[in-house]
Amino acid sequence: MGRYVTRRLLQMIPVVIGTTFIIYALVWALPGDPFAGRCGARPCPPAYVQAMTDKYNLDDPLPIAYVKYLGSLLQGDFGETFQGLSVGEELLRAYPTTVKLALVAIAFEILIGIGAGILAGLRRGSFIDNLVLVSTLVVVSIPVFVIGSVLQLFLGMRWGIFPATVGGDASLYNLILPGFVLASLSLAYVARLTRTSLAENRRADYVRTAIAKGLPQRRVIGIHTMRNSLIPVITFIGADFGALLGGAIVTEGIFNVPGVGNLIFRSITTRDGVMVTGAVTVLVLVFLLVNLLVDLIYGWLDPRISHG
Amino acid sequence: MRGSARRGAMAAAALGLTLVLAACGGDDDNGDGGSGSEGTGSSDGPTGSVSINSTQPENPLIPTTTNEVGGGNIVDAMWTGLVSYDPDTAEPGLAMAESIEPNEDFTEFTITIKDGWTFHDGTPVTAQSYVDAWNFGAVGANAQLNQYFFGPDGANIAGFDTVAGQTDDTGAFVPGSATAETMSGLVVVDDKTFTVTLGSPNSLFETIIGYSAFYPMPESFFTDQAAFIEHPIGNGPFEFVEEVPNTSINLKAFADYQGDPKPQVENIEYRIYADLDAAYADVVANQLDILDKIPPVGLAGDVWKTDLEGRSASAPLTTRFTSMTFPLTNTEVWADPNLRKAISLAIDREAVIAAAYGPGNYVPATGWVPPGNDGYVEGTCGEWCEFDATKAQELYAQTAGVEGTLMIASNSDGGHREWVEAACTSIRETLGVDCQGDYDPDFGSFRGRVNANEIMSPFRTGWVADYPSIQNFLAPLYTANGSANDGGYNNPEFDALIQQAAGLEGDEALDLYNQAEELLAEDMAIVPLWYDNGQRGWSDNVNEPGFTWKGYVDPLSITVK
Repeated sequence: MGRYVTRRLLQMIPVVIGTTFIIYALVWALPGDPFAGRCGARPCPPAYVQAMTDKYNLDDPLPIAYVKYLGSLLQGDFGETFQGLSVGEELLRAYPTTVKLALVAIAFEILIGIGAGILAGLRRGSFIDNLVLVSTLVVVSIPVFVIGSVLQLFLGMRWGIFPATVGGDASLYNLILPGFVLASLSLAYVARLTRTSLAENRRADYVRTAIAKGLPQRRVIGIHTMRNSLIPVITFIGADFGALLGGAIVTEGIFNVPGVGNLIFRSITTRDGVMVTGAVTVLVLVFLLVNLLVDLIYGWLDPRISHG
Repeated sequence: MRGSARRGAMAAAALGLTLVLAACGGDDDNGDGGSGSEGTGSSDGPTGSVSINSTQPENPLIPTTTNEVGGGNIVDAMWTGLVSYDPDTAEPGLAMAESIEPNEDFTEFTITIKDGWTFHDGTPVTAQSYVDAWNFGAVGANAQLNQYFFGPDGANIAGFDTVAGQTDDTGAFVPGSATAETMSGLVVVDDKTFTVTLGSPNSLFETIIGYSAFYPMPESFFTDQAAFIEHPIGNGPFEFVEEVPNTSINLKAFADYQGDPKPQVENIEYRIYADLDAAYADVVANQLDILDKIPPVGLAGDVWKTDLEGRSASAPLTTRFTSMTFPLTNTEVWADPNLRKAISLAIDREAVIAAAYGPGNYVPATGWVPPGNDGYVEGTCGEWCEFDATKAQELYAQTAGVEGTLMIASNSDGGHREWVEAACTSIRETLGVDCQGDYDPDFGSFRGRVNANEIMSPFRTGWVADYPSIQNFLAPLYTANGSANDGGYNNPEFDALIQQAAGLEGDEALDLYNQAEELLAEDMAIVPLWYDNGQRGWSDNVNEPGFTWKGYVDPLSITVK
């Protein structure tokens, strides 16, 4: 186990270096002047361009500039935005909100997704099963920004049940609507995955054995079938959690959630390169760690999978 | 067992959600706002809190380096300069200045400031506060974005060259090339008085120094910049409380504000939105108090008029001008003025506006200066800006025409693709020329191409004025050395008129500016398209707010119900 984790952690090093280099190159080696458009219809004053070029090492060849960036990154210094804000502090401020939002979304996926999946899986071909299949199909085929805007329009703007946007007050209640929107797509997948997995396992030999042993139905389904059926679902939800921590640019934009997605979106539109590189670097790290965690949970749920 | 334990936790979480839901349900609305009685509030002091849409400032909140809207609005609320512009007429008037006395040829100004003004930290505002701030803005090593306002393109203070430093042949700044730390044109006479000597006559000096780059700075700024950036200190009606980046910037009324009018609202939250659509949703739901721009989602089908019934307005903006510019230096294709005129005649501006922005949401341009600016004359462009298919075809037949496809370059975001497509349709149908958009994904990439002089076809040019004067719409844009002359328009006669006008005052000057504007109509190197209308909305919690000449909320006009 310890060796497995160490190996995985060591594997992350080249991945992190590779991805950050690609991001850094994409952001800073874009053709054209990075300061064009920052001064409206005028070119920026030469003294300003010079100062910023020095500050962000733009005069150096790309590999050298990148090594300098990586050097300060290793010391925990993510750099400063054009506004003079510390990128590290901004990320620290945005992350709790994004984590909260992701947790709300995961809660919906588990509650509604797994719930609907179990109901459908236990009664295949029934009305409920068909209802789940049709409704998830509808959800899967609608883009997130449509669901988001429609729910915002009716629940937020017209009927006033939920606040139209979140803003600075990222309370659980305020996050329900964006959390649900964020969960909607995955929720449909979770429901279908649970249903299929459950339906398959119900025909498995060990389930037949359990029934033959005379175990009560509740125990057969609740413990034996469920535990095995949920393995693929947990993998999916885990990977989804990693993705959600990357910030949901569309949903956070619609509901003005001051999270990582919003931060990245704004930094891209204002061409704040340091912020973009810093944020995406952290995203890569978070995604890798969450995936490692999921793989570990996997082994714990199903002892047949060993990380010896 | 594990499974059921987890489900139990989930049920508890769901219950928790409901409890939070109940707790947050109430909105602390003061209900009946019967206390107003139409008083201006000066006797009771400022009351209430409001929220205004904003974007995250892109630069530190230092007036000499803030050049975009998000930071600009906050800086304008936190500072009062020597001169301010009347929100309704855009007329410049004395604010913190007691008097501004020019000499005969407008090269030297004696400025006296009013007594008793202090910064938010309690230190007095003196003549030195202004002189130091202006010097700081002009010194090259300080890398301030608004540096050019002190140079030939702005006030042109004597000695600017010595502090700004030099550029090499490629236009790059040469570090260490400045020979002085302070501009020789700025001399402090006493605590309340200083004199400004200009490098060239400028009758508009008083108008120009209303711009935010000319605000005063407290002494503490020069000793500890980092602390200042964390907590900026101004001398205006509102003082800084805190900034939560990406979320909000909060200001409160400054109790010792000496200016007039006084703030009537206690707290202002500038709420940051990455997406204006979200701000629109909030103002409709009464969760945001003032929205200074309605996004396309609200303008489409005029839904904003019903969404915000009784709490919205539309008014022409005096600051924004959109045009299409022909490149004249990197290609010979557009050298024939008749070709440029034919293309202008072929654009049905009314129809393009209707198709791209909704009928009536913009105003077709009839010249190069929007109405409301000092020196505006209607219809300078004359017949060339009016859609006339027959005349366009006749004129086009006399020219060599366009070879292949006519490209119109622009950035595709911000609603620009829509008008380019509509304008192309109009040109195609009128002249029978194939027309297409040539897009960059965002403003930065597009401006990169424009600045590098790479675009060989007509391209979009937009201008947001710095101060309300015809001069600001002509000099930087169309003089040969203008800092924003994108197309390379060069007409010595035009330059001479602008230069002459700078040394004159009042109607004499305006007359020359108008003559210069008429030259633009003869050449048609820049095709006027439209002026902006500003649409705004507000919540039930506030009375209709006023807006500045720039089209943004005037914080001094805000009153809560």
